[in-house]
Amino acid sequence: MSILVVAEHDNATIKGATLNTVAAAQKIGGEITVLVAGQGCAAAAAAASKITGVAKVLVADNAAYAHQLAENIGLLVAELGKGYQYVLAAATSNGKNFMPRVAALLDVGQISEIIEVVSADTFKRPIYAGNIIATVQSSDTIKVITVRTTGFDPVAAEGGSAAVEAVAVAKDAGVSSFVKEELAKSDRPELTAANIVVSGGRGMQNGDNFKLLYTLADKLGAAVGASRAAVDAGFVPNDMQVGQTGKIVAPDLYIAVGISGAIQHLAGMKDSKTIVAINKDPDAPIFQVADYGLVADLFEAVPELEKSI
Amino acid sequence: MKILVTVKRVVDYNVKVRPKSDGTGVDLNNVKMSINPFCEIAVEEAVRLKEKGIATEIVIVSVGDKSSQEQIRTALALGGDRGILVESSEELQPLAIAKLLKAVVDKEQPQLIILGKQSIDGDNNQTGQMLAALTGYAQGTFASELTVAGDKASVMREVDGGMQTLDLKLPLIVTTDLRLNEPRYASLPNIMKAKKKQLDVVTPADLGVDITSRVKTLKVEPPAERKAGIKVKTVAELVEKLKNEAKVI
Repeated sequence: MSILVVAEHDNATIKGATLNTVAAAQKIGGEITVLVAGQGCAAAAAAASKITGVAKVLVADNAAYAHQLAENIGLLVAELGKGYQYVLAAATSNGKNFMPRVAALLDVGQISEIIEVVSADTFKRPIYAGNIIATVQSSDTIKVITVRTTGFDPVAAEGGSAAVEAVAVAKDAGVSSFVKEELAKSDRPELTAANIVVSGGRGMQNGDNFKLLYTLADKLGAAVGASRAAVDAGFVPNDMQVGQTGKIVAPDLYIAVGISGAIQHLAGMKDSKTIVAINKDPDAPIFQVADYGLVADLFEAVPELEKSI
Repeated sequence: MKILVTVKRVVDYNVKVRPKSDGTGVDLNNVKMSINPFCEIAVEEAVRLKEKGIATEIVIVSVGDKSSQEQIRTALALGGDRGILVESSEELQPLAIAKLLKAVVDKEQPQLIILGKQSIDGDNNQTGQMLAALTGYAQGTFASELTVAGDKASVMREVDGGMQTLDLKLPLIVTTDLRLNEPRYASLPNIMKAKKKQLDVVTPADLGVDITSRVKTLKVEPPAERKAGIKVKTVAELVEKLKNEAKVI
């Protein structure tokens, strides 16, 4: 089997999601090639060559790929993908954006967000917001797959020594251009990569009160997330949203504060190893999935928790 | 400018779905069906563009069985001008749906096509992007803001780290995210009027599209249940458990 993994990177470094995707590729089994497409991405390519289990790294370094525009990346990956039996990418907002284009250009279906490799052609994936798990089988000759990162433990970022090869394929569809990006800046770990996540919900009452969670998070080295209710109420920006339509996280410890536990939120965090819920409503559904539930006023419990760790 | 908007008939988002006892599919017996919420946002965005005088006609398209006419009528009541149902009782994969939509696009020649970013049943998040690839159009996926000006549009998109803005040429495919707008409700007079609006029915064969599925669902099952743990009484007890039992801090 030959597998092409499209790397998630920022030109300088490889994002953690790539390591989970390589892990999924290893479960399928075969020779793994990683594609780094970007502009000025030599450092990311060098980092990719060190990933455990990677046989080869392809680098497409071109202005057309600078901002991962789906129209251009789609053309590139579809052309390179013809030489492989599998094309994989992480189901990040970037992977979700360009991968279906790749599948359509190759005239094959896409299998979205797999969480398990059952066999070479059979995979498990969540549907209905994670309320159902479907086992699907693909008869396509090239299998285009996005990987839900929380389903696969990452491979080691170091230890490999793959050959790096430049590909001189410049594809510019000429229909889209990048204007700007407003990315949240934070010293805290990234939500999807953090070992500990502290999340707040509607119970936080306002954006200012999230300071309580930031203080706790900084003490724990944790990332801070939020429920959709908190985002919709304008307490915090949407990039903090954990849930079916936000980010899917699976940290070692998830602390849900003032979150009732709507299905859409649970879909984004229920694979966490240990879940703690702090809520004053003893009947909140979040307690049904929590390993440790504390029925308490969060405005008292959170500062106390912060002081005692 | 003509806008094409797609709507999908799905299980209402309030319904808790269950697998059939034999695991062959999801139990859809006597379950409330609605327009996919992301498609509702797509309809609303088109209606707002028409209210601003940018759009002149809104064509609502659905791919599905006969009962999908209901969702088309709902979209017509919200402000669509006419409807097209591509009727098929098969369970279609996104690639087949994208090919059917491509055939409709070829015929209708809209400048803007708005779709929901994903349907809440299959959660595939593919159709818009696939349609964009098949037509060769630009795509603005997961849109939270859309501004059309002349032969271009600016789309603000939700990406993992925050927001991204792109300039995109028309004709253009846009897929909606939750924050693009808040859909309105249909008024009773508009619901009555919608019954009289034109609704054409075509079949995949009419459109000359091969809808053979190459992805087969073998089994559906509920996810592994997470069992509820214990209630702790105090913060001190919580800290003790996290340190000594769960060993996570």
